[in-house]
Amino acid sequence: MTPPVEELTGVAAIDPGIDDLIANSARNRQNPPSKDQTMIINMGPQHPSTHGVLRLVIEVDGETIVGLAPDIGYLHTGIEKTCEAKFYQQVVPMTDRIDYLCPMTNNLAYALAVEKLLGLEIPERAQYLRVLFNELTRIQSHLVWLGTHAMDIGALTVFLYCFREREDLLRIFEAVAGQRMMTSYVRVGGLSLEPPRDIYEKIRTFLKNFPAHVDEYEGLLQTNPIWMNRLKGVGYLSAEDAIALGVTGPPLRASGVDFDVRRDMPYSGYEKFQFNVPVSDVGDVWARYIVRMQEFRESVKICLQALDGLPEGHIVADAPKIILPNREQMKTQMESLIHHFKIVTEGFGVPAGEATSSVEAPHGMMNYYVVSDGTAKPYRVHMRNPGFATLQALETMCKGRLLADVVAVIGSIDIVLGEIDR
Amino acid sequence: MYDPASAIKGKQAVFEAHPENTAVKALADLATDAKFDRAELTLTVARENIVAAAKAVQQAGYNFLEDVTAVDWYPSEPRFQISYSILSHKLKERVRLVVRLDGEDAALDSITSVWPSANFYEREVFDLFGVHFGGHPNLRRIMMPEDWKGHPLRKDYPVEGYR
Repeated sequence: MTPPVEELTGVAAIDPGIDDLIANSARNRQNPPSKDQTMIINMGPQHPSTHGVLRLVIEVDGETIVGLAPDIGYLHTGIEKTCEAKFYQQVVPMTDRIDYLCPMTNNLAYALAVEKLLGLEIPERAQYLRVLFNELTRIQSHLVWLGTHAMDIGALTVFLYCFREREDLLRIFEAVAGQRMMTSYVRVGGLSLEPPRDIYEKIRTFLKNFPAHVDEYEGLLQTNPIWMNRLKGVGYLSAEDAIALGVTGPPLRASGVDFDVRRDMPYSGYEKFQFNVPVSDVGDVWARYIVRMQEFRESVKICLQALDGLPEGHIVADAPKIILPNREQMKTQMESLIHHFKIVTEGFGVPAGEATSSVEAPHGMMNYYVVSDGTAKPYRVHMRNPGFATLQALETMCKGRLLADVVAVIGSIDIVLGEIDR
Repeated sequence: MYDPASAIKGKQAVFEAHPENTAVKALADLATDAKFDRAELTLTVARENIVAAAKAVQQAGYNFLEDVTAVDWYPSEPRFQISYSILSHKLKERVRLVVRLDGEDAALDSITSVWPSANFYEREVFDLFGVHFGGHPNLRRIMMPEDWKGHPLRKDYPVEGYR
């Protein structure tokens, strides 16, 4: 507020002195600020730290946040509506676009839901490969999180290092699925392709070198006092609030709730793997950082077990009316040619009913709810994405903190706007 | 392959097959219909009872509301099916509550008083299906612009061209 001109004359008015400043700030602390003391700041829709198109309407008193409301709704992909017009198998490439940092996890979640509707039995080799590539996707997604989170706070070197390692993973995905980001690798009933024979050695080399890289990131960040001070004690979320607001994944575990879908409600053969679930009860941005850094190491463990225990066998289920035959069969066997033609032109029918699949994505719990009316096209596909629910907790985490802390908190919940706005 | 005959349908049959299930016990009075299909428990409740049912399963240990969504069964009636997916961190189980609504009067009570996380989920259902939630603190569109006409996920919403 600008004081009237006559009050500005005299030294005392210009320089109110330390006593007045303390009195003013104490008054502000005791009384809730009235509307004319606060200001509305719009962060986004294209702010670099919001990781996509998200607008945050922030009410500030000075630099302290007193209110925050996320305004989502800029992408309008209409993906759930589009799914209703596709055959079941054609929805798989759509699910890639939901969250471009973990396409394989989205593929898997969708495939699991449809397989549940069909009652399909998946061969063990396909399950191991699904687990292997899901964990590599988790590492890849967490690398982007760490890089961009560090860049938001001002540490650019870590960003460059993380993207260097991510590039290795994307090359592996390209060799396996033929695509770097939109992989569409998991299919209903199995996988799309048998991975090339030399890929396992490349994955092993990556997994051997990767723990040293994690140490390198930790060395860079955890000896940096700016990083420590920006993270510790910021964005606190209690376990009760986290459960009430629908938070899942690393933010939930950082608030002290020991729940991981991979361990507690296993899917795709996760019950055969040994790993720890990192939990912290501190509940701030720092705890979320620590939980994810430990998940890097646990994912490496799971990948190594998947490589060591990888069984021989088929990568698709034995269901000729659902799985496309391979090229050789199609050219030599009349039956296969007929199945191929029927699947491509008419799709395959799915028994009526509804099914929910649930997987642990890098950002949290991801559910696919698929409703079938017995035809070849899904009647309804609904995605429960972790970021959508976690965004509700942003106000609780930011209230009472400074405006600059919003950047740190958004980085710590690791949102991708593709999955929030559908 | 899946055999449709393996599903247990009807309240009586489900309650006899799973008498020890926590959600079944909690909703013994409130549920009007039940289904156990593909290892998933679905309990139907009348729309007046949804808040009471939500409170009952919450007290029975289902502490986490995962999702609220809807299915539009146009043109059959009752038209809308609202599905609540509720998880228990301790029991490691989930239950699906279902409310059926007529197309004419698509409105029911909000469960934001039981789970605050229902706030965004219900706004999404309101925006995309046009189902009204009474007692919701901030029932506005969440994805479409404020002045958008119609509700895109309804089955009678035109997919191509102008109406």
